[in-house]
Amino acid sequence: MPALWRSTFVLVMVLLAISRPSLASEDTGNGTENTITTLPIVIWKWEEIHFPYLVALWVLVSWLCKLVFQLNPCLTRVIPESGLLICIGWVLGGIIYGADKVQTFRLQPFTFFFYLLPQIVLDAGYSMPNKLFFGNLGAILVYAVIGTCWNAATLGLALWGCWLGGAMGNIDTGLLQLLLFGSLIAAVDPVAVIAVFEEVHVNEVLYILVFGESLLNDGVTVVLFNVFDAFVSLGGAQIDAVEIIKGIISFFVVAVGGSLVGVVFALLISLLTRCTKNIQIIEPGFIFVLGYLSYLTAEMLSLSAILSCTFCGVCCQKYINANMDERSVSTVRSTMKVFANGSETIIFVFLGISAIDPSIWVWNTAFILLTLLFIFVFRFIGVFLLTWILNQYRLVPLDFIDQLVMGYGGLRGAVAYGLVLLLDENKYKEKKLMISTTLIVVYFTVMLQGITMKPLVTWLKVKRAAVSERTLAEKIQNRTFDHMLVAIEDISGQIGDNYMRDKWNNFEEKWLYWLLMTPIARKSCDPIFNIFHKLNIKDATSYVKEGERRGSLAFVRNESKADVDFNKKFGADFSEMMPYIMTENMGPDHVPVSSILRDSVPSVCLDMHEQDLKMRESEDFDAHHLLQQHLYKGRKQHRHRYSRKHLEVNKDEHEVQEIFQRTMRSRLESFKSAKMGVAPPKKISKHLKKDQPQKVREAYTFSSFPLFSEGDSASGCEAAGGSFPMRAYRGAGIVNPAFMAEMDTMDPMPPMQQIPSWLAEAEVDSSNMVPSQRAQLTLPWTPSNLRRLAPLCLSTHSNDSFLLADSPATQEGISELPPPPPPQDGQGQGTHK
Amino acid sequence: MNLWFSCFLFIIVTPAHIVRLYDRFEALDKEKTGHLRPQDFGAINRLAMNPIGDRIIGAFFSPGQETVDFHSFVRILAHFRPADKKHPKDPSMPEPVNSRTSKLKFAFQLYDQDKDGKISRAELLQVLRSMLEMQVTEEQLESIADRTIQEADLDKDDAISFEEFRKSLEKVNIDHKMSIRFLR
Repeated sequence: MPALWRSTFVLVMVLLAISRPSLASEDTGNGTENTITTLPIVIWKWEEIHFPYLVALWVLVSWLCKLVFQLNPCLTRVIPESGLLICIGWVLGGIIYGADKVQTFRLQPFTFFFYLLPQIVLDAGYSMPNKLFFGNLGAILVYAVIGTCWNAATLGLALWGCWLGGAMGNIDTGLLQLLLFGSLIAAVDPVAVIAVFEEVHVNEVLYILVFGESLLNDGVTVVLFNVFDAFVSLGGAQIDAVEIIKGIISFFVVAVGGSLVGVVFALLISLLTRCTKNIQIIEPGFIFVLGYLSYLTAEMLSLSAILSCTFCGVCCQKYINANMDERSVSTVRSTMKVFANGSETIIFVFLGISAIDPSIWVWNTAFILLTLLFIFVFRFIGVFLLTWILNQYRLVPLDFIDQLVMGYGGLRGAVAYGLVLLLDENKYKEKKLMISTTLIVVYFTVMLQGITMKPLVTWLKVKRAAVSERTLAEKIQNRTFDHMLVAIEDISGQIGDNYMRDKWNNFEEKWLYWLLMTPIARKSCDPIFNIFHKLNIKDATSYVKEGERRGSLAFVRNESKADVDFNKKFGADFSEMMPYIMTENMGPDHVPVSSILRDSVPSVCLDMHEQDLKMRESEDFDAHHLLQQHLYKGRKQHRHRYSRKHLEVNKDEHEVQEIFQRTMRSRLESFKSAKMGVAPPKKISKHLKKDQPQKVREAYTFSSFPLFSEGDSASGCEAAGGSFPMRAYRGAGIVNPAFMAEMDTMDPMPPMQQIPSWLAEAEVDSSNMVPSQRAQLTLPWTPSNLRRLAPLCLSTHSNDSFLLADSPATQEGISELPPPPPPQDGQGQGTHK
Repeated sequence: MNLWFSCFLFIIVTPAHIVRLYDRFEALDKEKTGHLRPQDFGAINRLAMNPIGDRIIGAFFSPGQETVDFHSFVRILAHFRPADKKHPKDPSMPEPVNSRTSKLKFAFQLYDQDKDGKISRAELLQVLRSMLEMQVTEEQLESIADRTIQEADLDKDDAISFEEFRKSLEKVNIDHKMSIRFLR
């Protein structure tokens, strides 16, 4: 760490050393032409490159600061990162000031608003958890609009009152100026909120409310700022009802207009990504350019730029994530984080540096203290009032502690500072006072409130983790309730709160998907297809892992070893089937299916006794801990943590896969027991488990018969996405009864004979099946996906290894019907390694 | 809908909601028989991704019945209406469907599939199995079930009765946990 301090210091010194000549050269003016007398080998070209050089150097220095205090983790635990950056900014500012006697580097408003802020907002919009955001949009808007207006009005009026009372001494200001000041300092700042709340981890509703408010209040802030600025220019006398009405209208225009600009650009981005399949290398760049353009366009039209950028990110994320290649998506995500995090760092460092400048400081104790006091008090009052109103309409009311945190979390930050710098000195005689006050407010909120936020949250036991140790029954029951609610909402068609969302989903699926998404992406919106896709990927990676575990992937091509493991595991029956499989099923690469099949087998060791021995060793285990870890999280609780620092990989798909598999399996069992009235389903399930992905598809095939054979996929909401699978399984539905009938009649027969006849049935029916299958084959899917979803009846003619990998699984499962002893009831759903 | 029917429903849901629920009922009832069968519920894709989805579907059907008509459909959904805090409980009236007790009874029935009034160890195991990730072994599962019963079982009969169930959840805000906005 000392080494890094030293290097930082050296860098800063270099910086100063470089900057001094630059100042000197600017002072002496230009036009000193050098008449050369001999060929120069090396020239000192500082004048030409000093600007980009300084910019790059400052970026580097700011980011190095981040590195510096990361080395001391105790520090970051107490003080939020933003606070530390400000401190380092002070140090740097002090050094520069000491060297130059004037603050050469300050945060210029233009730089801030046009080069530093847009990427933060774009990142915020792009990573926004949409469902949560739109679900709470009403509350967010109430806080953003009404809350900010309340803050601005009360602060301005209170300061005016105090000024009239003479508490502030003799300052040259007026009601309008104070109202303007109130409006620019009233707004909760998104940069500061992200920076502080990210480290605190409150519950997601609370987070989204504060965060959403900080983003959406820009609409109000811009309007109020412009309105009051215009009023100040006009002078007090000219303000009449017309002007005030115009002000109110301008609010709507600015806010709604800004959002519309953002939406338009989101549409553009989505349409663009639809066509960029061949230029994937540069695809991610479009997002950034168009996002930035949305910001600039709104700014150009004097609409709310932050709103525009936010909504651009919010609206386009779904479509571009679907349209773009996975690598592009991850590129976009990572790059956005780099830019946003980098910008934030630079902003805070410069906020610190800008303070070390005596020329801007005008100290008026009363003004500053009163501002701080009023900000605090009125924020709390506003939050409590608005929450009380909102709670009448919310299903889950916000409790007192949440309100406290929300009030306390009203942080002010760089946006206010940037706005105050934009003021015209001639109109606002007290500009310096306002700048000083703003800086003090920003420091107070970011540092003090930032430091105390975490302890406050812990002390108040804000709902983040369990408060008291709940009993196991409570824990289980809570989770059951969550699942129950989700199920009831699904059954009841998500009416009410979700009714609008439902309608929107229908509209979206009908029109927007068609317009904005590539055909491939459209299909992948089907959640079930997503699962299949992920299962395919999981298959592929597990094959590779298995291969690498054995040394190399050469085994895949090794045909001779195919028999051995199967015999050991499954007995003689399977080996009889082997020749049949081997001859028929050569994959497109002439990879024998059996070797692939073999690979998928070993990962599952279902020997229950081995399991028992191991488990008995660990006597002390915490059932609570286990529950905590392994309970499925319901859909509502899906973790939507917006984190500037970490890229969250959404792990919820595993959960959905497992649940889905299990449900399908149980449906399959009940269906089979209903149809056949025999116990075999239990055994089938055991063996189906051997091959997770395949059983899903298979179970789906079978169980689809009772579920989907009835009529069309008419009902919009839940079946819209599933229309493809339903068509697929209509085909399956015709095959299956034949199969089932075979099973019924041939139950006493040895298993081997069932298979050929079933396949024969498939052959006979395949001619009927082919048209309906081809109907879906028009979709340009990748082969593995397609084959995976295709029902078994294609198997005799298809030569896809994956598909044929499936059929032996079924056959082996069925072949197991009579011989092995039945595993215990219920416990047969054993374990995976 | 006849007058009596609508009056009854009015007690538990408001007319506007009834219309919406009826639309939903009709959307689910693809063959327009006026009744819903398990398959109709099964057509809801998202339910397949719910660990207790099938149990909830089962809860709609009274024992022995194969179909559910609109009346029962609404009645079950009415359990999820937020409790009416404003009007005091009238002891002479029957227990409203969305009271805390009724909600708890609904939850209890999800566990107690054989309707013997107790959640036996096996039933608890089934529910746990469905709600826990597949990595959890049988041993661990049984251990959790044992401890749960231990904590909640007061009369030591190795099963959880409804009273014990209710008592173990006395700290939980059932009204919030088991309510949906549209039924407000």
